[in-house]
This record gives sequence, structure tokens and C-alpha cells, in this order.
Amino acid sequence: MEIPYTVQARPDTGLYNAKLGIWLFLASEVMLFGGLFSAYVLLRVGAEPGMWPHGWLNVTLGTINTLLLALSAITTLLAWAACKVRDFTKFKIFHACTILLALTFLGIKSYEYHDKLIHYEIKLNNGTFADGHLVEKSADFDLAKKTGTVTLHGHIVTDEKELMDLRSPEAKSAKHEEVTVAATDIKSMGNYGPRHNTFTAIYFTLTGLHALHIFGGTVVIFYFWGPGSRMWKTDPERFTNRIEVSGLFWHFVDLVWIFLFPVLYLT
Amino acid sequence: MSSTVQQFPPFREPKSDHAHDDHDHDHGQGEHHEPNFWQKYIFSTDHKVIGIQYGFMALCFMLFGFGLMLFMRWQIAHPGVPVPLFGPLLAKVLGQPAAGGAISPELYNSFGAMHGTIMVFLGVVPLAFAAFGNYVVPLMIGAPDMTFPRINMASFHAFFLGGVVMLVSFFIPGGAAQAGWTSYSPLATTIPTNGQAFWLVGMVLLITSSLLGAVNFIATIIQLRAPGMTWMRLPWFVWAQFVTAFILLLAFPPLEAAGVLQLMDNVAGTSFFLPTGLAVGGQLVDRSGGGSPLLWQHLFWFLGHPEVYVLILPAMGIVIEIIANNTRKPIWGYKSLVYSSLFVGFLSFIVWAHHMYLTGMGQKIATFFQATTMIISIPSVIILTCMFLSLWGGSIRINTPMLFALGFLPMFGIGGLTGLPLGLAAADLYLHDTYYIIAHFHYVVAPGTIFALFAGVYFWFPKMTGRKMNEFWGRVHFWCSLAFMNIVFMPMFAQGIKGMLRRMSDGAVNYSAARVPNAIDALPGSVMQLNGVILWAAICLGIAQIPFIINLFWSIKHGEKVGTNPWGATTLDWQTPTPPPHGNFAHEPHVVRGPYEYSAPNHATDFTPQDEPESSSAPLNPNAHH
Repeated sequence: MEIPYTVQARPDTGLYNAKLGIWLFLASEVMLFGGLFSAYVLLRVGAEPGMWPHGWLNVTLGTINTLLLALSAITTLLAWAACKVRDFTKFKIFHACTILLALTFLGIKSYEYHDKLIHYEIKLNNGTFADGHLVEKSADFDLAKKTGTVTLHGHIVTDEKELMDLRSPEAKSAKHEEVTVAATDIKSMGNYGPRHNTFTAIYFTLTGLHALHIFGGTVVIFYFWGPGSRMWKTDPERFTNRIEVSGLFWHFVDLVWIFLFPVLYLT
Repeated sequence: MSSTVQQFPPFREPKSDHAHDDHDHDHGQGEHHEPNFWQKYIFSTDHKVIGIQYGFMALCFMLFGFGLMLFMRWQIAHPGVPVPLFGPLLAKVLGQPAAGGAISPELYNSFGAMHGTIMVFLGVVPLAFAAFGNYVVPLMIGAPDMTFPRINMASFHAFFLGGVVMLVSFFIPGGAAQAGWTSYSPLATTIPTNGQAFWLVGMVLLITSSLLGAVNFIATIIQLRAPGMTWMRLPWFVWAQFVTAFILLLAFPPLEAAGVLQLMDNVAGTSFFLPTGLAVGGQLVDRSGGGSPLLWQHLFWFLGHPEVYVLILPAMGIVIEIIANNTRKPIWGYKSLVYSSLFVGFLSFIVWAHHMYLTGMGQKIATFFQATTMIISIPSVIILTCMFLSLWGGSIRINTPMLFALGFLPMFGIGGLTGLPLGLAAADLYLHDTYYIIAHFHYVVAPGTIFALFAGVYFWFPKMTGRKMNEFWGRVHFWCSLAFMNIVFMPMFAQGIKGMLRRMSDGAVNYSAARVPNAIDALPGSVMQLNGVILWAAICLGIAQIPFIINLFWSIKHGEKVGTNPWGATTLDWQTPTPPPHGNFAHEPHVVRGPYEYSAPNHATDFTPQDEPESSSAPLNPNAHH
């Protein structure tokens, strides 16, 4: 028994099965990210005045990542086109580029995550806030036992709101230096992880889910580039279809980033 | 008739080896290798086996969910009294929450949450959509299988895993989820049990399952229709499944998004759904705050309301097929049915906030959703009207499937009509969260959808096994179920209207102040006594299912043997060998007419199968006489 239209298009719909399947899947993905983006909108609209962060993310790195994904979209398309004209060598080269670009993207993304996870905000007992990247914790530092000191590279502010808009002239002119705080002075301390506030929460969730999609797409493309490319010899038409379908997924994931970048980095 | 079918050229020549290895046992007829148990029943890619897998699991889950409800009904009728017979077992298995064999409030809450979850996501949807859809849709459209057989298998395995995760959560410390099947935040995050995290992971698996299923169904219906099977020749059941698949495809992902966010709240300590200044037990919660509990409700009900149509549309599809078959005449208003189902599917996405009138989301929004809610009742009424009018003037053949299908009509009617006051914000403010709601949606789903599903089981059982289920015990099952369903749910309308709230673990004893005569707002003793009536009706309803269970298994081996088309049906699912082999059709069917050509003039039999060639049906084209 054989399923019809696995390779050839059905005449009246003009689609082969997998192409229709991936479009349907992408429709559901639109709803998934649509739900998350509407969550972003509601959280941002509902934030207390002055408490939604601006300029917390590195625009340069975000721009580089945007360019990487845009470039990978081009190489994905060229890889499919190479399959269409039956040029296997070119396919291999282009999709090798796609994989490298994707891995670079993930590398930069994890650097950005790391940067947020070593960034601490410390609420001091005198009502001020020490904020900056962790330099070191003394060997005997223990928040619960109130022993030792922690050193940040950053500054001390009197109002938490000063930490919210990093694009403001005041924030840009603030002097950053090494600040050492004793555990006895600390009321509470936390890094800029997901639980810091709703912005970091939605930032980590959205970009994390997107990074998972990038990772999944890379695994699939790597499979077709490596062991899965054996099909080229037996059924090049079907293999080309697979490259097209995985390419459609890849373009969708790129497109999600095109929305994520302005929404999270530029506003 | 069967001789004429063989005029067609063979559909697919068997090949001994080919590149597409979608199946592990599709070799040529010469070298039959018998698949072992695991290949045949666990890792099968055959849509019929997967359909039966889904059906069996779903029926088991429904029985389990029903059992949870019986414990709850006992607790409502006799608060704090140890459960007879099963109490010691409960205490042994679940430990502290069931100490002494009595149901603690925490256990009651988790039974309530899991009853809803299991019935909806592990019982009715898998049975109505995945089981019947998988088994029947490819047969009805003349396809050899689903478009993506391996994805179909993955879908079932994801469903199975999701079910396992849900069941395991009963046995973790703290017990299963307790925040209701709607899992409203911040309650869902602040109850000290990891059951909610299990619930969310289970839901993500179930959502994945139905997503894969939905893609598969839509692709199958679009791509694999047999030659001549145009859109307007599809049996309406296929249309219903088609719309259902689209609803699942587009409505479930927002719940998945919500599930991910709530999982972050529960596991990573975020505050997506936790407002600023949230206090639990008098203590300020150590969270950043800034989140929105309303956001969860919006995301949940964006799925939740379309889900209602996921529950009801396949059931309506089954009823239409059975009514057409047993009235022996074309269904009334086929085109109206098709367009109504499409309209319902579209509109179901913009009515969700009628579940949220009480949340303070605002009068203007409430008015909008009130309007759309009133509008969506129109296509539903059109569908039900078509069903009733189809009975008009028919010489109705009564059998078990038809009885259940006929039972569906008034029961769903009651469920639908009692929903109207709930769609109007003013009336809903009073009725919200009372037993009136419970009665309303159970009339839609229990004697409504589940009756239709029973009808479907009795109807397609001969196709699956080649034998009919016992007619006498089928009728016993129907009449007892009908009686006890109504005794269970009808009193709840009265209780709800009197003001009895739905989520109280003591059956409203404390709340109602029933023990304080003449207290303001006290529930009258008569309302409280109904709890006892409902308990015993529910137990009898459980006993009424025993004939069905025995009948189901007994008939597989001992039922009356029947041919390939025992009901004299027109659709393609009855024009295959019984049970259909792997690949379904001996020859590719060529469809030449609509799905409900019953009692056509000048035709030898009172049904004309969709694939019967024109020439043999009558000396002249029968349509020319009209």
C-alpha cells in the first residue's frame, strides 16, 4: 500500500502532502507565537507607569543575530534551488553555511543569556539599590548567614525606576565602577533571570522558545545535510521536497525573530 | 453491486520494493509476513488500528473519570463520611488525603480538576475526534490511509504519554492538580503541590497529540479524497471532522502558550499570571508581581470555547450519518449543514469571553461577546433543525444506534437552550459558578455528545469486527442511561437556580447554612436532599454501563455475524471488505454521487452507494426524473 501524492502534487490542489502539512503546522505555530505576543502586549500595557524596561538588551548583538538569520534564510533558499537544478555539491555547501549561521546565532544568544544571569540587582537595607554585573563573591559570602561581601561592576541608585530606562541621558551618563556590598547590608538580591520581572520573564520565554525552534530546525537540517542526504541517490525529487519543507519551517522561525527583535530590543 | 465494482482497474499494484518506507508491512501479496503483537497493536501506522487504540484508551479514561465523579458525589451527599467499599482502598493508595477512607477537601479538589481534565482531554475529544475520525474519515473519503501514517502513530503515543503523566500525578506528594480543569491563576501557582506542573506537562503532550492529529486530518481530507469525491459529496461527518480539525489546529496553540507561561510561573518563579502584592496565607509572596490573572483566563478560554465545538461537532456528524441511514432518505439541508459547520467553526473563535463576564473585564467587552454568543446559536440551531426535519415523513428504522442518535436530539436541545441565559451577561452574573452551569454543559456533553459517541460505537462496530452488538442489551443500555442521566443532571438546574455553588467539597452544607433554619440565603433542605438523589442516580448510571461493557467485549467473538454493509448504507466506509484490510479498498472507488442517496426512485435497493456506477443503477439517470 502506498499513500498517493507523497512526492507528486495532487492536480486539483497543486500541493504534495508534506507541503500542505507544513503549512498547516506553521498556521498553528502562528497561533502559538500569537498567544505569546498577545501575552507580551497585555503585560506591557498592564505594567505600572515607568516600570517597563527600555534598552536592557544589547542592540548590536541583536542586529548581528538578525543579520545571521536573514543570511541563513538566503542560504536555505539557495540550498533548495541547488537541489532543484540537481547540484548536490552546492546544496552541501549552502546548507553547511545555514548550519554554521544557526549555531553562531545560538552562541550569541547564550552569551546574551549569560550576561543577564550574572547581572544582579541588590536591594540594600538603607533603601537604595546596587545594580551591576557580578565581579566576585568573597569566599565566605552567604546571604542567609549574613557573612562576606559581594562585588559588582555597576552603580548605586536611590530609586528602582532609574534602572528601568537605560536609553535615558541620565542612565547613559551614569558612572559604572566596582561596588562592594557587605552581606549584612543586603535586604534581597537577585539576578536578571526570568523571575526578575515580567519583562525578563517574557524575554526569556519568548527567545527561549524561539531558540528551541532554531535548535530543532538545525537538527532537522543537519540530518538532511548528513545521514538523511542518502535519499539523494534513490529519490532526488522527494529529497528536494524535504529540503523545501524544512526550509519553509526555517523561514518561519526567521520570521518570528523579525518580530522578536523590534519588540524586545528596540522598544 | 459488488460485481460492478470490480470493473475498475486495480488501484495500486503491489510492489515488492519501493523507496517509500512509510510502512513496515506493505510488501507484495506473495510474501506475507505476519506482524508481531507490538508491530500490529502498539506501533501500528494503520489508521484503523490507531482509531481503535484511541477508542479503547478513551473509553477506559472515561470510565476512570466517571469513577472520580462517583467519589465526589458521595462526598457531596455525605460530607466527611468514609466512602463505603472503596474507602480503605482509597486510603491505602492515596494516603493522607484520603485518611480513614474519607475524602478530604484537597482530594475533592484534585478529583474535581482531574474529572474535568480527563473527561474532556483524555475521554471525549480522543473518542469523538481521534478514534472515530481516524477509523471512519479515510474510509469515507476513499483513502488508503491517513496522509502521514507515522505522524498518526506519534500522535497516539503523545496522547498515551500525556495520559500517563496525568495519572502519575495522583501519586506524587501533594497529589494531582487542584485548581479545577480551568487551572485559574494565581490559585494554580500557589497551591502547594507539583500536581499542577504535571498537569501542564501532560497538557503540552496532549496538545502536541491533537496538533499532529489535526494536521493529519486536514491534509488527508484535502489530499486523499478518491476520484469524484468533490467537497459537496463529502458525508457531513467528514465536514464536521474537517472543521473540528481546524479548530484544534488554531485554538490549542494559545493554550499551549498559556501552559508554557504557567509552567514558568510554577517552575521558574516568574509572575506572568501573578499580580503585584499577591498574599497567600497572610504572607506576601516572594515574586516580582506585575502579571495578570485575566491573561490566563483569556488564553485558556480562547481554547476553551472552541473546545466546546470540538466536543460537539464530531458527535453531530455521527448523529447525521445515523439519522440519514435509519430514515432511509436524504438528509434535509445538506448545504445548510455544511455552511453552518463552517460558520460555527469560525465564530467559535470570537465568543470565548462569555466565560468571563464576572471577571470585571468591562461592560463593553461583555456586550461584544454577548452579541457573538447569541449569533453562534443560529448555526447550531440550523444544524439541530436539519436533524429534526430529516426525521419528517421518514419511515424510521429503530435500532440501538438510532435510539442513541434520537436521544441526542432532545438532550443536546436542553443543553443548548439552557445555555442562552448564560450567554446573556445579566443572567450569567447570577447563574455563574452555580450547579446550573454544571447541569448545562453536562447536558451538552454527557447525554449529548456521549450519547452520540455510544451511537457511533454501536453503528461502526460491525465494520470493525464483522459482528453486530447485541440489540436487546443495547436497548437496555440506552433506556437506563437516558433515565439516569436525566435524574442526575435535571435536579442540578434547580440547585443552581436556588444558588448552590459548584466547587464546594462539602456539598454546600456549611455555605448554605441549611442547619440554621430561616437563615438569609440558606438553601432549603429540599435542595440539599437532591444531593442524595443525584448520588444514587449516578451509581445507577454506572451500573447501566455494565451491559454496554460486557456487550462490547462479548460481541467481538460472539455477536451476530453480518456482511460488509449491514445497515444498507451509502457512504464509502460500508463499501469496503469487513474488517477493511491494510490499505482499505480492494479497488480505488470512483465516486459518482452525493452521500445520502437513499430510496432513489427506479433503483432496486433503497440505497445507492456513492461509488456505484450510474449505468447499473437505473435504465435512465434517476436524477433526470426530478
